[in-house]
Amino acid sequence: MRQLCKGNVAIVKGAILAGCRAYYGYPITPASEIAEAAALYMPQVGGTFLQAESEVAAINMVYGAAAAGARVMTASSGPGVSLMQEGISYCAGAELPCVIVDVVRGGPGLGNIAPEQSDYFAMVKGGGHGNYRNFVLAPASVQEMAELTMLAFELADKYRNPVIVMADGFIGQMMEPLDLEDREITLPEKPWAVKGTPQTRANLISSIFLEPDQLEAHQRKLEAKYQRAQQVETRHELYECDDAEVLLVGYGITSRVLRSAVEAARRNGLKAGLFRPITLWPFPSKELAQAAAKVEKVLVVELSNGQMVEDVRLAVNGRVPVEFFGRTGGNVPSVEEVNIELTQRLGVLA
Amino acid sequence: MPTELSEEVVKEAVEQHEELGFEVIHEKSPVFYDRFERKSDLQGQTHYCPGCGHGVAHKLIAEALADLGLQDKTIFVSPVGCSVFAYYYFDVGNVQLAHGRAPAGATAIKRTCPDKIVISYQGDGDLAAIGTAEIIHAANRGEKITVFFVNNAVYGMTGGQMAPTTLIGQKSTTSPFGRRPSNEGYPLHMAELIATLEAPVYVERVALSDNKNIMKARRAVRKALELQRDGVGFSFVEILSPCPTIWAKDPVEARKWVAEKMIPVFPLNVFRDKKPEALTDTAPPIRPVREVLELGTKSTGADVTPHHAHHFKEFTVKVAGFGGQGVLLLGQLLTEMGMREGLEVSWLPSYGPEMRSGSANCHVTLSRERIGSPLISHPDVLVALNEISLRKFASQVAPGGFILYNAERLPADFTLPQARIVCLPASEIADKLGSIKATNMVMLGALLEETECLLPATALNVLRDKIKKVAMMEVNDQAVAAGRDFIDHYVRVGAVTQPDGFAG
Ligand SMILES: Cc1ncc(C[n+]2csc(CCOP(=O)(O)OP(=O)(O)O)c2C)c(N)n1
Ligand code: SF4
Repeated sequence: MRQLCKGNVAIVKGAILAGCRAYYGYPITPASEIAEAAALYMPQVGGTFLQAESEVAAINMVYGAAAAGARVMTASSGPGVSLMQEGISYCAGAELPCVIVDVVRGGPGLGNIAPEQSDYFAMVKGGGHGNYRNFVLAPASVQEMAELTMLAFELADKYRNPVIVMADGFIGQMMEPLDLEDREITLPEKPWAVKGTPQTRANLISSIFLEPDQLEAHQRKLEAKYQRAQQVETRHELYECDDAEVLLVGYGITSRVLRSAVEAARRNGLKAGLFRPITLWPFPSKELAQAAAKVEKVLVVELSNGQMVEDVRLAVNGRVPVEFFGRTGGNVPSVEEVNIELTQRLGVLA
Repeated sequence: MPTELSEEVVKEAVEQHEELGFEVIHEKSPVFYDRFERKSDLQGQTHYCPGCGHGVAHKLIAEALADLGLQDKTIFVSPVGCSVFAYYYFDVGNVQLAHGRAPAGATAIKRTCPDKIVISYQGDGDLAAIGTAEIIHAANRGEKITVFFVNNAVYGMTGGQMAPTTLIGQKSTTSPFGRRPSNEGYPLHMAELIATLEAPVYVERVALSDNKNIMKARRAVRKALELQRDGVGFSFVEILSPCPTIWAKDPVEARKWVAEKMIPVFPLNVFRDKKPEALTDTAPPIRPVREVLELGTKSTGADVTPHHAHHFKEFTVKVAGFGGQGVLLLGQLLTEMGMREGLEVSWLPSYGPEMRSGSANCHVTLSRERIGSPLISHPDVLVALNEISLRKFASQVAPGGFILYNAERLPADFTLPQARIVCLPASEIADKLGSIKATNMVMLGALLEETECLLPATALNVLRDKIKKVAMMEVNDQAVAAGRDFIDHYVRVGAVTQPDGFAG
């Protein structure tokens, strides 16, 4: 049955339905409702909620809980996510499954609390030190806030890797109908975890590999799983792409604006389509290249000065001109603005 | 263990131990691995320097774990520092954590495995510098873990830089002229600091300076672990520990330095040894997930079936006013109503500090199809609860749209936009009904009556479910009715307070 729910709250509902019973976090706008919802729900379902002393502590608590085999999560935004980067790198290095939500706000520095998508590089390209990848999922609705959080836990355990749910201030703060079912889930066995039992006594959770050959072998192992994920874990959504002459590309809240922009453009006789990456890493490059094969132009719209556009350009590989339109600071382009950009850029093309 | 100690020293130690009534066992503790694989060529030895206090501390811990029968239950968290490789020695579950964060990680491990023994083993750089926040807060929460804090007054692993515990005047590679309080402050007394907190149950400082003190250390280590085993609370043992390599002393001199230089600055003491009071706070009761997450909540009122044919494909409303006027709530109610009438809906608020004192607004979209942008640049309806909102947003209203303004009349200098405006003194009406808080409900009634976007019956159902305050229920219902009446009587009969501005 549908309930009206805030995006940030939907994250916690999804997490609990995915069997997560541990939340460690530190408040920050516009992600605080996630911590608040976890504080409200977790103890009532037999889980743990702990407000950490900082995001640094929070991510290391996540590391500890994951090391002990728990499905565990944290959430933050902007400065808080920056503070977590060391810990995320450790989690990736020690192959600890965990879910981190970044409700992106304006930066750099304290920036502001309005929505941006300027953490793309930090989340998708790493951000912490060393050779590792985060899985990054980009929800575009309240329903997806819950569903992609559930998926995040699955992927985290499947690949023993951190998974980021990268939302933005708007998706986090908005309310939409949420339709969830309580379901039986079987949590995966984690024979590698350290649980203080005779069976797990020999286990070690560590990201240290002192010998160059050892560390290289470890990184190759990580890389192999990343390669595997790139083959099978990409997700995307197409809208009106079949006969599109121009392809809009955007994720999260931006994709919502672009969907309306496609409709508006089509009302004006311009055949526009929308490609929405759902996984930002692995990036749906192949699918994007396919969708872009028949169009005359690609327009990437982001709440940044151009971050995802680099991956779009790599995917399209020069076959189609890729234009970029970005707004920042908390400005979300209106449908009209996008359409003006669209006609102007097409004008340039003509 | 470092094996460089002369036979004499060993003999003397054995005698002293036996004098103190301890049985001296020359075997390696079963809690240590048989072979130390850290150094492939020297598998009988640790990686620690000869005379290093870490080796002794490890031994005391291993011994205690073995004696207390805790090996299978123990999770040992090693830090970043010379003891980073503790997991090469302790045959227990091992987790290695980032520099300074062991208490945070240990916190979550313990909460995941509450009946296990969780040890956080840390150096002074790790615990007293980069990890100060983590240790203070883990202690203050009374995490039921044991922390062994090895204070050697320097950073060993990185080659002898200054630590927070470096003595005044002590030279290090980053205090080459000796630690100067004017530049680097004073040695940090962690045991004393921890003992100022309420939660810790046991805090002691011991020293690996001579055998007598080592025996005291042995007892402290054991006691700390027993307290954890018994689930009593947070235990903390600071261990003053020689680092011959960085101090450039031989092992014997180094021990002497602990006794002569460190102990006067870091006095040995039991700073806390208390039985904790039984805490009386209780966790909330555990309930089924369905219930907690409200997955199956039905509206208590009769459900309004979506047989009502909505006259729009998409209908957008912007509600704006002062924070505290119920702007966001009004938007949420509309959204909830739309959802119950089977529509796709979205509600997008302005958020953050601007809401605290200033203005608030929200966007509501009701649609028969999947909603694209939840951001509305040209709402069909603007509900302006104050003048600022009217002035700010009136021009955005879609041509042919409608503005509902909370006032008797428009401001004199206000220029009419391309939209029809109805002024209604909603605050006054609500006030007369008994609560100015129902202003938004008067607006809701008027909005429903004027636009017929959703059914008034749905509004009453939603109000019934969402507004829990009994006192407000009746007022709210009356307010909605009053809003509808106003439109019926004053507007429908042509008494629009302002001329119809619609020019489209
Ligand atoms: C974030 C971070 N900063 C710096 C370091 C480098 N580092 C490793 S160990 C260490 C100091 C350890 O000193 P201490 O805790 O006193 O332990 P000891 O080696 O003396 O036993 C430092 C600064 C690191 N590993 N991580
Ligand atoms: S440097 Fe100091 S602390 Fe590190 S192993 Fe050597 S003696 Fe021990």
